[in-house]
Amino acid sequence: MSRTRRSQDLRVPAGLLIPAALGVAILVLPMVGLIVRAPWGDLPSILGSDEVLTALRLSLVTATVSTGVALVCGVPVAWLLARTDLPGRSVLRGLVTVPLVLPPVVGGVALLMVFGRRGLVGGWLYDTFGISLPFTTEAVVLAQVFVAMPFLIVAVEGALRTADRRYEDVAATLGASSWTTFRRVTLPGVAPGVLAGAVLCWARALGEFGATVTFAGSFPGTTRTLPLEAYVAINSGNSDVAIVLSLLMIAVSVTILVGLRDRWIGAA
Amino acid sequence: MSRRPRLGAIALAVTVAALLTACGGDDGDSSAAPSEDAATSETPAAEEAPSGTVTVLAAASLTESFETLADQLQDTYPELEIVYSFGPSSGLVEQVLAGAPADVLATADTKTMDQAVAGGVVDGEPEIFARNTLALAVPAGNPGNVTGLADLANPDLRIAICEPQVPCGGAAQRLLDAAGVTAAPDTLTTDVKEAASLVALGEADAALIYLTDAAAEGDAVETVDVPEADAVVNDYPVAVLSEAANAEGARAVLDAITGEPGRGILTEAGFLEP
Repeated sequence: MSRTRRSQDLRVPAGLLIPAALGVAILVLPMVGLIVRAPWGDLPSILGSDEVLTALRLSLVTATVSTGVALVCGVPVAWLLARTDLPGRSVLRGLVTVPLVLPPVVGGVALLMVFGRRGLVGGWLYDTFGISLPFTTEAVVLAQVFVAMPFLIVAVEGALRTADRRYEDVAATLGASSWTTFRRVTLPGVAPGVLAGAVLCWARALGEFGATVTFAGSFPGTTRTLPLEAYVAINSGNSDVAIVLSLLMIAVSVTILVGLRDRWIGAA
Repeated sequence: MSRRPRLGAIALAVTVAALLTACGGDDGDSSAAPSEDAATSETPAAEEAPSGTVTVLAAASLTESFETLADQLQDTYPELEIVYSFGPSSGLVEQVLAGAPADVLATADTKTMDQAVAGGVVDGEPEIFARNTLALAVPAGNPGNVTGLADLANPDLRIAICEPQVPCGGAAQRLLDAAGVTAAPDTLTTDVKEAASLVALGEADAALIYLTDAAAEGDAVETVDVPEADAVVNDYPVAVLSEAANAEGARAVLDAITGEPGRGILTEAGFLEP
C-alpha cells in the first residue's frame, strides 16, 4: 500500500519539476549564500559582543511582551470572528489581518501618525499626560503587536472553526455562563492552536523591522532590536556582523517553522 | 523506476546553474547595448552623445540636488537616462563592494569613498565636487526651545542624530567633540534624511543634519545658529566605478556633477564650493 503510494509520488512531470526547482532555489539560495559567506571563526566574538547581546536581550523581551499583548487582545478577536454573527464580520476580519500583507514601513508611518507626538492619539497623550511614545521600548512593542497579532488571530480563528462545538453546547445546557464556557471549555479545546499562533506571533515580532525603525526609532538598549542591529551593521560597512545576525534570525525562524509545520498547516 | 529521482536531481542542478548564470550575465549590458546602437546610427561620424542608462549611487543628502541635475541633463542629453539610488554612503559602498551594478558613486565624506577605493571598485581618482556643513535643526516654532549644541545633552528633549559610522554621524560626532558636548540622542538614524523627517514631523525636538537637508525641508524646519559648525566640513567625492556598464555615460554624468550645471545646482541648495 505505502509502496504503490511512493512510486506514484515519484512520477513528477518535468513541467512541474523545473519550475519547482527554480522556486526552491529562489527561496533557499539566499540562505545558502549567508552560510557560505559567514565569518564562522568570528562567530563567537560577534555573537558575544555588547551590541549584539543588548539587541538580543531587547528583542527577546519585546517579542515576548508583544506576544502576551497579542494573546490577551487577539484571542478575543479570533473568538468574535469565529463564533459570532457580528454584522460586518468579514470586513472586520479583513481589517485586522491587513498587516499580514501591508509593508511594515507603512504600518510604522501609520503608527507615527496616530501615536506620534503630534498624532491623533499621541498628541492628546502628550498634551495631557506628557507621554511621548516614539523612541521608547513601548513603541517597539506596539509596532510588533501591530505586525504580529494578525498571525495569532488567523491561527486561533482557524482552530476555533475546526473545533467541536458540542462540548460548548453541553456546558451551556448544564448552566455554565458564556464566560465560564469560554474559559473552561473553549479555550482548553483550542489550546494547541493558540500555542501555535503564539509561537508564530512571537517569531514575527522577533523579526519585525520596518514598523519598528519608522515608529520606534533605533537606539541601543531602548529600541534597537536584532533586525535593526543587522540593518545598521550593513549600512555602516560591518557586513560580517550583519551576516551573523541574519543567520541567527534565520536559524530561529527555521526552527520555529519546521517545528510548527503540521500545526500551521492544520490551522490554515 | 530508480532512475526518476536521479533525473530529478540533474534537473534541479541544471536549473540552479541556469538561474545563477542568468542572474550574473544578464544585468550588466542590457542597458547599454541597444541605446548605444541607436546613438551611433543617428550620428555616425560626429561626436557621440552619451546615451543609455547611468546608475548613480549617491548619499541621501544629495537627493534633491541630483534629481534637479538629472532633469537638466535630460534636456542636454535626451538619450541619457539617469537612475539614482540614494542612501547612507557607507551602505552604498557596501553595496558596490558586494557587486551592485552601478556606474557612478557619490558619497558624503572621503572616508567612505576611501573604502571603495581600497576595495578596488573605483576607476581613477575620486573628485571632490561639493562640501557641506551641519546645522542644528528644530521643528518650525522650536517647541523644545533649543538654543545651542548644549541642549543636545538634555535628556528631556527628543534628539535624533545619525549613526556614528555614516558620514553625517561622523560629522556630528566631530562637531559635538569640538563643542565639548555629550549628546543624549533618543534615536540614531542610518541616513540624514531620516533625521530630517523626524524634525519636520515634530517627533524630534532637535537633530544634527546637513545645512542643505534643513533647507530642503522648507518651512517645516528651522535652524539654530551654531558657531562651531563652520569648523566641521564634509567633502563630497564622486567617482566612476570600474565595473561601470556604461562608462561613457558615467563620465558625462560625472562631468556634469563636477562642472556646470552641477556646481550651480549644488550651490543653490546650500552646498559649499570644493
